[in-house]
Amino acid sequence: MRITTMEIRLIWWLIPTLIMFCCGVYGFITRKNMIAILISLELMLNAVDVNFALFNRYLFPGDTEGMFFTLFAIAIAAAETALAIAIIINIFRQVRNVDVQGLNTMKF
Amino acid sequence: MDYSQFFALKQEIALLIVFLLVFLYDTFMPQRSGKGLPVVATLLMLVITVGGFFTCFLGTGDVAAFAGMYVSSPAITAIKCILNVGVVIVLIQSIRWADTDMMIMRRGEFYELLLVTLFGMYLMISSRHFLLFIIGLESASLPLAAMVALDKNRYESSEAAIKYILTAVFSSAVFMMGLSFVYALSGSLYFQSIYYSMFGQHSTLLCIAIAFVIAGMGFKLSLVPFHLWTADVYQGAPTSVTSYLSVISKGAAAFAFMVILAQCFGAVYHNIWEWMMYVLIILTITVGNLFAIRQKNMKRFLAFSSVSQAGYIMLGIIAYNAMGAGAMMYYILVYIFSNLGAFGVIQAIENATGKLSMDDYRGLYKTNPRLSVAMMLAMFSLAGIPPFAGFFSKFFIFTGAINQGSIPIYILVLIALINTIVSLYYYLLVVKAMFISPDEPVIPEFKSSLSERLGMWICVAGILFLGLVSPIYDWLLDVSAPLQSLFM
Repeated sequence: MRITTMEIRLIWWLIPTLIMFCCGVYGFITRKNMIAILISLELMLNAVDVNFALFNRYLFPGDTEGMFFTLFAIAIAAAETALAIAIIINIFRQVRNVDVQGLNTMKF
Repeated sequence: MDYSQFFALKQEIALLIVFLLVFLYDTFMPQRSGKGLPVVATLLMLVITVGGFFTCFLGTGDVAAFAGMYVSSPAITAIKCILNVGVVIVLIQSIRWADTDMMIMRRGEFYELLLVTLFGMYLMISSRHFLLFIIGLESASLPLAAMVALDKNRYESSEAAIKYILTAVFSSAVFMMGLSFVYALSGSLYFQSIYYSMFGQHSTLLCIAIAFVIAGMGFKLSLVPFHLWTADVYQGAPTSVTSYLSVISKGAAAFAFMVILAQCFGAVYHNIWEWMMYVLIILTITVGNLFAIRQKNMKRFLAFSSVSQAGYIMLGIIAYNAMGAGAMMYYILVYIFSNLGAFGVIQAIENATGKLSMDDYRGLYKTNPRLSVAMMLAMFSLAGIPPFAGFFSKFFIFTGAINQGSIPIYILVLIALINTIVSLYYYLLVVKAMFISPDEPVIPEFKSSLSERLGMWICVAGILFLGLVSPIYDWLLDVSAPLQSLFM
């Protein structure tokens, strides 16, 4: 059985990943809650992952370098989330909230 | 698979063995022998430092492993030895802090995390493939966040840690986005293949990609538009961690940055990243200096001073020749000694009295003359006053930059020189507070511990002799001469 598929051009994949990345940057700057900031960071990292997989699949289908980079990047993102959550919990134990506005004992 | 290629990773494997020994000692030794842990870790680190120098002088030549992902050359061995020296000094200075009540339960973690980050920095320096580089970069920066948060009961420590980890991850996301564009343009993640595919390219996408890569590394090095985390993290972290963060992490990142810019993007030096680096360097040196003037907390003050020092280190990259690379390694070595000298004094005073403000240093000479002299030498060296090592390192890095030969670089070096004079002002503020201030001394006379004194003596010796003993600079120039092939 042969299914004919319509190939979607690369640009239509890249637009969503770039929007995802920019949303991540926007969220990182504007969110007040530290967990929300962490989610924004995940958005940015995932945009990068998808980008690598796409470039590999569309531009260089012969090799697998981009796919492997994606795999490693996912693992690294998981590690940083675990660590950031641990630090946020530590802050929560001391001040009973996770607002970035509380992080102002040191400035200028 | 050819297992003999693991022999190329001599220094990494030695470091891993040290890590395992420290870990086993920490886990299985009975509680009462825990006192020995700091000394054991320092001695083991000293052993591999000496071993590293031996491999350096025996001359291993260029080796590559894992299909060229990992390389080692005399220059790379040398920079790793320099980092090792810095780590030994940091460990000696932190022995007393590791014996305080707060640290009794956690000192094992401090040493283990420190060794892991050093391992990550080794990988960063040696990698010639971006996959290995990213792994090195992350294992150098994530455990550092845990180290910053080590002082669990102090709120500032956690605050500094969350600021550090969020900016670190943000910067690596930006960095990897840039990498994905580089991958799209060149089809490979090997530095060498990227270099060859860059010839004659000048697309907007390439400009964006390089800007993203420079921004990502700029966060790690705290270059100016990306430096906002520096002061807060340096102030909040425990002082031993701050001194580690300010010299070792910065030195490793600077060298890795040079390798990336020269070896991946060398073909587009003149038309793309030269101008970006000019702007970054001028901003870094100037803004770092201006903000340092108004600081009253010693750790924040040294944070901004290290921002502006990072600008001077970048002059070795913009020089784009082997002499610049050699001068940069020399600068890192001297910077390690001068900055750790200053942090050693701060740490001794903090351990004894808990005081950190510059106002508390008034009249320090009357009560603790030796500490004040050590601090004065460190400040003179950081400012670059002639007989001390800091003058020679600045001199060589300016010479290396001028050798590049274009008119803009003369202007850049002139701006850097003017900024040296500005920096003299705030370094001398500390000296003035200690020696000339007529007020009654705030800090009473105290006796610092043996380890602190040892660390300070090493730093003072380095500051006095590194500049005068010319074989050290000759050696660094020798090992960096083969790097000329990078800058073509």
